[in-house]
Amino acid sequence: MVMTEQTILGYLSEILDPEIPVLNIVEMGIVRSVFFENEKVVVTITPTYSGCPAMRMIEDNIVEKLKENGCGEVELKTVYTPTWTTDWLNEITKKKLQQYGISPPHTTSDNHFVEITLPKKISCPYCQSHQTSLKSDFSSTACKAMYYCNACLQPFEYFKEI
Amino acid sequence: MRLDTEIRDALFSFLLRIADDRLILGHRLSEWCGHGPILEEDIALTNISLDLLGQAEAYLKFAAEVEGKSRTEDDLAYFREVIDFKNCKLVELPKGDFAFTIARQFFFSQYCVLLCEKLQQSSLEQLAGISAKALKETTYHLRHSYQWMLRLGGGTEESRQRLQNAVDELWNYTGEMFLTDTIEQQLSAQNIIPSFVEISALWKENVARCFRESSITIPQTGFMHSGGRIGKHTEHLGHILSEMQILTRSFPKAKW
Ligand SMILES: [Zn+2]
Repeated sequence: MVMTEQTILGYLSEILDPEIPVLNIVEMGIVRSVFFENEKVVVTITPTYSGCPAMRMIEDNIVEKLKENGCGEVELKTVYTPTWTTDWLNEITKKKLQQYGISPPHTTSDNHFVEITLPKKISCPYCQSHQTSLKSDFSSTACKAMYYCNACLQPFEYFKEI
Repeated sequence: MRLDTEIRDALFSFLLRIADDRLILGHRLSEWCGHGPILEEDIALTNISLDLLGQAEAYLKFAAEVEGKSRTEDDLAYFREVIDFKNCKLVELPKGDFAFTIARQFFFSQYCVLLCEKLQQSSLEQLAGISAKALKETTYHLRHSYQWMLRLGGGTEESRQRLQNAVDELWNYTGEMFLTDTIEQQLSAQNIIPSFVEISALWKENVARCFRESSITIPQTGFMHSGGRIGKHTEHLGHILSEMQILTRSFPKAKW
């Protein structure tokens, strides 16, 4: 089979984010591009958060997956521009997050999170109520905030817009 | 990347300054792991610590490329001595009580937000990219510490007093963040970094606003500590480094 950039992207879509195992690294926007340099496959990736401990594992998984599928040499390049943003998650991806029990991110707006005021109302992923309160801007991972639903009395996480 | 030798040296020093600030503060914050006053804070402080370590890693990696002596970010983090570290003294002070930690986080995060807002427009693409990313993360750090400033300042008499004590103790260490010297001047002349005079003025304005809202009195500005930026540190840095570096130095090339 002739390998194209599309085939490679297909393989990469089988790699799930280790911390949110319902989303793959392509829909997360971690994979930025795939191209060939002669026989070598080059994959550019961008970190979600600077200190995200999953990045190392994701890098290993990419190399392993591509080798398994017959790629010879694989090179990974980390890029910082454009900066990763939750705005890259599309509606289907956001729906998956909600079904997994994580409230999906709102769209970022200029200046929104530089404001010191509390963020807007977040809906509960279980009962969709807006009667929720922020417990902490930080949760089990840097990308999520901790909320509590006052309607169904469940704690839940919100994928912070960034 | 083609840079004049002089600019390259200045850039290397500057990158060490901003990377070491984050590496050392991140390490200090990690000391709260398992010791936070409430579980949410334990998690918040360690998450912030992780962001800072990640930013330090990215800046150190870039510093190593700029230096061009085939050192890696790990070599720079684990195999330099006290005198080679260029962080400001503010970040190396022991973690103190919760009020001390919060006041320091507030001073530092406010500085970083202002600095990264400018650095994301740097004429060097790599520096701009890392800083644009750091800015997003640091904005959440600032929101975290700002809200604690309000809660501690507006809480009980004891919480307000502890916060005031922390602010008084830290104040003379804040000036070093805005130190202007030949490194800063050379780089800002090339639009690689912003002018620190400008950032300092904005910082003072924002801090004064927060103090008003949290009923904290601005300390009298007098003598400002410095020396960290040229490798002259308090006795605390050596202790952090020995803890941070011992494993790698005892077992070089150890892998998990
Ligand atoms: Zn609910």
